[in-house]
Amino acid sequence: MKALSQKHLLGLEYVPKSDIELILETAFSFREVLDRPIKKVPTLQGKTIVNLFFEPSTRTRLSFELAEKRLSADTINFSAGSSSLTKGESLRDTIQNIEAMKMDLVIIRHRTPGAAYQLSQYVDAVVINAGDGTHEHPTQALLDLMSIKEKFGHVDGLKVAIIGDIAHSRVALSNIFGLKTMGAQVFVCGPPTFIPPYIESLGITVTHDLDALLPEMDVINVLRIQQERMHAALIPSLREFRALYGITRERVQNLPRELTIMHPGPLNRGVEIDSDVADSDHSIILHQVLNGVAVRMSLLYLLLGGLEAKGASNA
Amino acid sequence: MLETSQLAGKLLLQGGKAYLPASGTLERRDFLIEDGVLKDMKDSIDAAEGVRIIDCSDLVISPGFADIHVHFREPGYEHKETLQTGADAALAGGFTAVCCMPNTDPPLDTRGSVQFIRQAQEALPVAIYPAAAATKRRRGKELVEYGELARAGAIGFTDDGNPIADGGVMRRALEYAKVVDKPILQHAEDPSLKADGLMHESKVSTALGLPGVPGISEEVLVYRDLRIAEYVGGRLHIQHVSMARTADLIREAKDRGVRVTCEVTPHHLMLTDEAVRTFDTSTKVNPPLRSREDVDALRKALVDGTIDAIATDHAPHAIEEKEQTFDLAPPGLIGLESAFGVVMKALVDSNLTTLETVLYRLVVAPREIMDLPRTFYTKGAPADLVVLDPAEEWVFKREHVRSRSANSPFYGSQLKGRVKGVLNRGVQVDFGLRRK
Repeated sequence: MKALSQKHLLGLEYVPKSDIELILETAFSFREVLDRPIKKVPTLQGKTIVNLFFEPSTRTRLSFELAEKRLSADTINFSAGSSSLTKGESLRDTIQNIEAMKMDLVIIRHRTPGAAYQLSQYVDAVVINAGDGTHEHPTQALLDLMSIKEKFGHVDGLKVAIIGDIAHSRVALSNIFGLKTMGAQVFVCGPPTFIPPYIESLGITVTHDLDALLPEMDVINVLRIQQERMHAALIPSLREFRALYGITRERVQNLPRELTIMHPGPLNRGVEIDSDVADSDHSIILHQVLNGVAVRMSLLYLLLGGLEAKGASNA
Repeated sequence: MLETSQLAGKLLLQGGKAYLPASGTLERRDFLIEDGVLKDMKDSIDAAEGVRIIDCSDLVISPGFADIHVHFREPGYEHKETLQTGADAALAGGFTAVCCMPNTDPPLDTRGSVQFIRQAQEALPVAIYPAAAATKRRRGKELVEYGELARAGAIGFTDDGNPIADGGVMRRALEYAKVVDKPILQHAEDPSLKADGLMHESKVSTALGLPGVPGISEEVLVYRDLRIAEYVGGRLHIQHVSMARTADLIREAKDRGVRVTCEVTPHHLMLTDEAVRTFDTSTKVNPPLRSREDVDALRKALVDGTIDAIATDHAPHAIEEKEQTFDLAPPGLIGLESAFGVVMKALVDSNLTTLETVLYRLVVAPREIMDLPRTFYTKGAPADLVVLDPAEEWVFKREHVRSRSANSPFYGSQLKGRVKGVLNRGVQVDFGLRRK
């Protein structure tokens, strides 16, 4: 059986194409498991996984928990609100306690870039980054890649635009790294105050003109706008943002080619995307959600199960 | 803990070359020291009976280094550093005089707190000269009592850690400090441009998702202050220059006759923003580690004299404080023990300049900026000497640190040039001097 070249999944910046292909291939076979009447397999029986969520998350945590349960792993949950972190315990002490309980794998969500990397320096367990602030969120990017591949059969050669608040997004960088590795042509579009400086050094094209961009694209990935960005005076108003960068029905109808629309959720309907667009045939948003579970099952299996666990194909 | 021994009896440093500040040259000199006091210094001194001889052939003897930018954390943050442990770290790095910064708790903004430092340092092996706060409580609004504090021993005024952000306050500070003829030391980072930045704004910060500190946050404040100093007079000292453009601005201002001096840290001469890729919090520092182009320009500016002095900005933080995520870890790194090896590696090993130039910027220039005593090699006075091996290659390790803290980004780095021994205030530090 094939194996990943990495011990952890901390980000996609340095993950080679062969690893991404293996993760997606394995994820598609787990998709079949998810379509069965009995969706649970014994692959990770006896393995213990901790979901370490230092900041609130609903969808990502549910998706990981579901993937863990479908693979029969034992899981425990740790979220910052209910933990001693609020009492001033250091990140390292929390981690050492978790380590002392002999976990096999840690899923970590943290508000700060580098937190997953730092964790991997301190513990023996395998680490999966479930989002470290505005740095990486590799499982989201992988499920996005899977959803594109499901729709088109391939990723290479496609033109994919990421639209909206790139600078404050937890998913933009991983998407850029993953899409570039898989051979897509990547664009980012939004107001200049939402675009990190020097981002074109990642080998992508930056534009501020959505209407000129859309006719050229195969896929757009629409990012969530956070209300608090307005308070930082990065944009004058949500109304103006919607006028310039909102994915409205007027913008996506009458395009010369079919446009596939993705969104990492949760949606701000009526701000960055209109309801009828989000719910239209162009949208693969709900496929993303299902593929998220499959991709996470694939990763848990590849990083943990490896040779000793029962394979996905004979599960 | 630094192991020092009292200098008793007669000691002869024989066969070495001495750095002579008056001529800026290296020349063969022997030094005779008796009970810690420099008795004689000349081309050759014959060993008399009962004299301990240190073989200094292939070694260089210099007056002790002066570091005009250290944080010794006392009073208030003794878990990070004390005057004692800071002095140990300084001595281990070859520094016999330092200027400590006033961002303590309480800050050094009263006569009593300045006097506290001056009195406490008398018992220590290193001379410590406090810089006082430029404004009350370092809040950037009202000036402290410059006359009183200068009389108590303040060698300059600074809100270091914070900039003097308000242009009007900077004008008043530069004007009023003329009364005591002391410099205003500016930590030049515009707070609104720096915003919540954690590292140099660059392609690295973008790839790491860390908010950036743009170079303009330093450049615009330096430009403003240079113009204010040019307009009102006064002595301006720019701390820890980090941008190529800042060096250009200062070079132009010096050409116009503005009374400005500046310093650069060893880490800004050696490391770039690439060092942050490991999320090692000891690479988090204000101003941040910049680009390769900036490092190259700073090296050139130090050689051509635009940058006057090397200063470490030694900023100790406890392990548990640095073992946090990148946003929460306090900025700063320790630099005293590694300074000479880092600077020699950055400047002399790469053939950019000579040992003499490095020593000028570690020994003479810093003392000139802060008006520290600079009567070197005074016969009859306590010996203030450092013995150096400019050629020794060594790997910097935790065991070389004498600071109470350990936040260095240089562990495992190959350095060149090493402090072999220090003599100051009647004590001796020995890192492997050869006996004859």
